[in-house]
Amino acid sequence: MTNSIPEIEDAECIFIIGSNTSVAHPLIASRVYRAQAKGAKLIVADPRKIQMAYTADIHVKQNLGSDVALINGIMNVILSKDLHDKPFIDERTEGFEQLREVLKNYPPEKASEICGVPAEDIIRVAEMYAQAESASILYTMGITQHTHGVDNVKSLANLAMLTGNLGKRSTGVNPLRGQNNVQGACDMGGLPNVFPAYQAVTDEGVRNKFQDAWQAQLSGKVGKTIMEMMHDLEEGSIKGMVVMGENPVGSDPDMNHVRHALSSAEFLLVMDIFLTDTAKLAHVVLPGASFAEKDGTFSNTERNVLRVRKAVEPVGDSRPDWDIICDLSTRFGLPMSYGSPSEIFDEIAKVTPSYGGLSYDRLEKGPIAWPCTTPDHPGTPVLHKDRFTRGKGLFHAIEYRPPEEMSDEEFPLQLTTGRYFPHYHTGTMTRNSPTLHSEMPEGHVEIHPEDASRLGLKNYDMAKVVSRRGEVVTKAIITDLIQPGNIFMSFHFMEANANVLTNPALDPISKIPEYKVCAVRVEKAELAEAAI
Amino acid sequence: MDLKFTRTTCPYCGCGCEMLLETMDGKLVGTLPSKTNPMNQGKLCIKGWNVHEFVQSPNRLTKPLIRKNGELQEASWDEALDFAASRLKEIKDAHGGDSLAFLTSAKCTNEENYLFQKFCRVGFGTNNIDHCARL
Ligand code: SF4
Repeated sequence: MTNSIPEIEDAECIFIIGSNTSVAHPLIASRVYRAQAKGAKLIVADPRKIQMAYTADIHVKQNLGSDVALINGIMNVILSKDLHDKPFIDERTEGFEQLREVLKNYPPEKASEICGVPAEDIIRVAEMYAQAESASILYTMGITQHTHGVDNVKSLANLAMLTGNLGKRSTGVNPLRGQNNVQGACDMGGLPNVFPAYQAVTDEGVRNKFQDAWQAQLSGKVGKTIMEMMHDLEEGSIKGMVVMGENPVGSDPDMNHVRHALSSAEFLLVMDIFLTDTAKLAHVVLPGASFAEKDGTFSNTERNVLRVRKAVEPVGDSRPDWDIICDLSTRFGLPMSYGSPSEIFDEIAKVTPSYGGLSYDRLEKGPIAWPCTTPDHPGTPVLHKDRFTRGKGLFHAIEYRPPEEMSDEEFPLQLTTGRYFPHYHTGTMTRNSPTLHSEMPEGHVEIHPEDASRLGLKNYDMAKVVSRRGEVVTKAIITDLIQPGNIFMSFHFMEANANVLTNPALDPISKIPEYKVCAVRVEKAELAEAAI
Repeated sequence: MDLKFTRTTCPYCGCGCEMLLETMDGKLVGTLPSKTNPMNQGKLCIKGWNVHEFVQSPNRLTKPLIRKNGELQEASWDEALDFAASRLKEIKDAHGGDSLAFLTSAKCTNEENYLFQKFCRVGFGTNNIDHCARL
């Protein structure tokens, strides 16, 4: 996030796009409600009638994967009504002329044809967002999980820069991270192209620094992304895999392919707290301790580093993952000995400039937002205050591109995916919580009444959902929360998991798969199929 | 009776709510929201309020498992770790470090993520490391 969570409640306008905030980030949603109570306007752009849409001033339902057309349309209106922030554009950005050229192709009527949002609504959104003193954009995977996800994000950055909504309180472009420590896993270098703190593996100076710190020869070749790993496992050039606390069988697109890929490994080691569907394929499974049974830190979506503290002893013989890694590494021939997570953190601070000023001692008093470079640095809740990391903010002129898989005769509907309020991700934790499980014990597919009547489906009938990659039989819920032509499923339930169907086509830059749109057809399930 | 509260951070979503885990004689009995954290200010969502439940689920893994004759069977830590370390070494020696891949975790701590990528990069000389950030 460029800004902190508490600031949201002082924004004059909040624009939520591709984020089911009340479900995926409940405590951020409550800030939005509070902002509304103080008079803020709320715009929601989401193909589904999510809960936030009920209290929104405007809810627009864009077609799946048409966000660039919608945002370009909004910016076209802002320019034609002269609502852009000229001083900000002059002083702090470049590339404005190129953007202006492309935006000429998106008058609201034209944008409307692509995104399905009425032209008048595009105009209202543009006015509401641009006329606010401070406007904050919140987005999540509904923006990023597309083959043009990077285009979507850049378009939102364009919109914020065009109106000077960056680097000030209660503004910004704020991605809400879905998992508690996605931010931290990235910060720590859990990515194929960077060491901790996003320092490129291809940069020789950086590499030398880490070679000195770690006393080792390091590779300067960018590694494989998760989807490439799956491909190479199947094809045989990757032979072994070590998985710590992830369940790719449930969370990755095209489940049948992932299962086959992992089964092809000569050796698969999984560390987890439950016997997940991924762990079931392993050669060795090591029982990890849960968050309540160990010390450490998480970094949340606003870049706050927070302490995790041990409350109880690990169950059975399970051990914290840090302790398991040390032991495994030592037996492997690379001795690692750290007495405690605090010692590991001190090493992190040494090699990670943005964490350089942090220590367990300082975090004892409460969370601190990185960048925090020295022991007396107070932390940085707002990024890009006086300047952008690269100097001037760069506008990107972006044309709309359709999703990779559009519906056709054989697969006439479009599937989109997401979460439900009591559950989390692949359900390994929430389905093992009796209270949460009882809120929603099984999965289902949402279908619009128009489509349902054409298919002869009634509420609670069993439906068979088929895509080019697989099929799922699950209960149909007939609802107009979803638009005609679209269906919605979650990936919480292994036995009815949307990821059997989803498309692994990737964004060329971020390598994020297109979870949010794929072509499907729905049939009424035969009795025998429904019984499975 | 030994009642204790431990301040910690919710393991579910990226909001990062702080909470107090309530323990009685070494057992988790409940979860309370932190009132002093500026993020959640005394509130939690339904997932946070029930966070202690999954920790004590009877389905938790409690022993290392090794696949023998096609089935996962309980083993000692020594046996499981020695076997895993030797298999990783064999594959690295036979096919090079790039023939291994590592998935780190958005659910684990910063310290664990740091060590895991260090194990991958130093131990195997490869950058084949990724996680579910995109998923
Ligand atoms: S309590 Fe709810 S909103 Fe807060 S971090 Fe946990 S899951 Fe997220």
